[in-house]
Amino acid sequence: MPRGKVVIDPERCKGCGVCVATCPFGVLEMSSTYNSSGYPVAGAAHPEQCTGCALCAQACPDIAIEVYRGVGARERGDG
Amino acid sequence: MPETETMTKVFARPRSLTEKRFTYCPGCHHGLITRILGSTIDKLGIQERTVVVAPVGCAVFAYEWFRCDGIQAAHGRAAAVATGLKRANPELVVLSYQGDGDLAAIGTAETVHAANRGEAITVIFVNNQIYGMTGGQMAPTTLDGQPTTSSPQGRDPATMGHPLRVAEMIAALEAPMYVTRQSLYDAKHITQATKAVEKALRYQVERRGYSLVEIVANCPTGWKMPPVKANEHIAATVTGVFPLGDLVDRG
Amino acid sequence: MRQLMTGNEAMAEGAIRAGCRAYFGYPITPQNEILEYMAAHLPQAGGAFVQAESEVAAINMCYGASAAGVRTMTSSSSPGISLKLEGISYLAGADLPCVIVNVMRGGPGLGNIAPAQGDYFQATKGGGHGDYRLIVLAPSTVQESAELVGLAFDLSDRYRVPAMILADGMLGQMMEPVALPPHRDPATLPPKPWALTGAKGREPNYIASFALDPKDLRELNLRRHERYREIADREVRWEEVETGDAEVLLVAYGTMGRIAKTVVRRARGEGLRVGLLRPITLWPFPYEPIRALAERVRAVLTVELSAGQMWEDVRLAVEGRCPTPFYGEMGGVVPTPDEVLQEVKRLA
Repeated sequence: MPRGKVVIDPERCKGCGVCVATCPFGVLEMSSTYNSSGYPVAGAAHPEQCTGCALCAQACPDIAIEVYRGVGARERGDG
Repeated sequence: MPETETMTKVFARPRSLTEKRFTYCPGCHHGLITRILGSTIDKLGIQERTVVVAPVGCAVFAYEWFRCDGIQAAHGRAAAVATGLKRANPELVVLSYQGDGDLAAIGTAETVHAANRGEAITVIFVNNQIYGMTGGQMAPTTLDGQPTTSSPQGRDPATMGHPLRVAEMIAALEAPMYVTRQSLYDAKHITQATKAVEKALRYQVERRGYSLVEIVANCPTGWKMPPVKANEHIAATVTGVFPLGDLVDRG
Repeated sequence: MRQLMTGNEAMAEGAIRAGCRAYFGYPITPQNEILEYMAAHLPQAGGAFVQAESEVAAINMCYGASAAGVRTMTSSSSPGISLKLEGISYLAGADLPCVIVNVMRGGPGLGNIAPAQGDYFQATKGGGHGDYRLIVLAPSTVQESAELVGLAFDLSDRYRVPAMILADGMLGQMMEPVALPPHRDPATLPPKPWALTGAKGREPNYIASFALDPKDLRELNLRRHERYREIADREVRWEEVETGDAEVLLVAYGTMGRIAKTVVRRARGEGLRVGLLRPITLWPFPYEPIRALAERVRAVLTVELSAGQMWEDVRLAVEGRCPTPFYGEMGGVVPTPDEVLQEVKRLA
């Protein structure tokens, strides 16, 4: 089980790609799906790499990302 | 999400923000600044006494993003409106959210004099070097040589002046408690900017006085750059003109 | 007890007694005594006083203070009111109460500092951008100056429409004995549930003049105009002097209204049947009372310290029922009662 998990709200995502550039572990990639506004949506291509560090969520301009962390993982994040 | 049931949520939407989706373009730092403000309002526990003053510009709807009382100000007048609110009710935490055209062109007088009186307000100054909402015209903070729709050959300092350094201008005054310039181009700077916003609001809560947080922000649409490239441009070029860091901290 | 005060001081004291607790102003003659009186007395009453960096800033400080739910006022004179018009339009568009005092001087442009009434159109027809109205009250004595400021606050709060006191340099500077209205405790004024007091135990309040969807903005305007109609139905105020048997009716307001009273007295002394209707509210304008009198007089003479601005409203009221001559002065020149009387004699 991965230490962390990101949940991206596809309707809030505008496909800017900042989360993809921010993630230190290469978890995120732009997916090939589009939301109802026509924006391409980011997704977790390598979820097993996620540590739940939440840097992606902190950089997201549309608050489209929620981050979870496994029990025992260090508490972090200012959400 | 069966998996998340056993996990702890470590990042979620700030409680002091409404559910409304931002009207900003993809990658725009306005949304990020709003999120940082929401997180900070949550952390300081001031949602029930905060009033957000929204400017004219891309952030014209700013008051609608917050689960706080809000007011829309005329172009450039947010600092005067904030002054009126705070003087009428000093218990309020008054947040004036303004862009560069609003704060540094049409509202220069209100900006300087609110700071010089040391009004106990917090000014968030979004410096993205362009008029975004009206379609990308030259701002007082536009870089030398930067093309905009009203300086198509690039800003010519000989006839258009140089980029206005607002934080330095305000830092020259005696009254302000805290003047800082921050950016959001990577995770480290997001963390630093978040701390600066918290300090600025905390100083108001502690009745210390006036704070200005200038945020060197992007405008991917106005700059005609993809968001990630726009952030790189801030790191490589814009921060050379607008150096980051605290200019005044009298707290 | 009556005390001797200038019109400017009476308006300032009247405002404090009406519960005004936030004043923002910028120096300009001939209204500086309002600013100075507020600087000296409002903080003692627990209110906020700020000498702003401009008239523009002052009116926007009023916008903020009014949004916070506090009775707020600014004052200026003609050129300064022009600068305030942007803020006045926003106050109107955001349905915020506020009292704005205009101690009019000669214009246009920098003009001079002598009494004039050239801002009638600006005050009563909108002035700033958009479809809006101000409640406009015109005192003609120092006593009335003190009283009408209180009325302006009450009406402005009740209808959520900004109110203007349209005075002039002569009224602002003259001294007369005044019986001041009683002090009112702001805590006893009607509550303002829309005010920005912090979203505690309720949904957030938002104050804006902004509605991007044309249908939404139309709806906001329609609702506001319903209130304007209500004001026009209920709040018209005027004074009549010797109108019962009048053959010539004078219509004049403010300083010109008090001169016209002297004209009526002198005319009556010479056996001429002359009366006066003095509008106290310039908006809403007393169309109906003027119309009723126009049915039985030979002429309605409008007298103003301007080129004939209120004259247009008088003619709208009279609608051709009788001749509507005009007598006016400009540039800060104030006619003597005898000069006006000569004009009346030509009609009588």
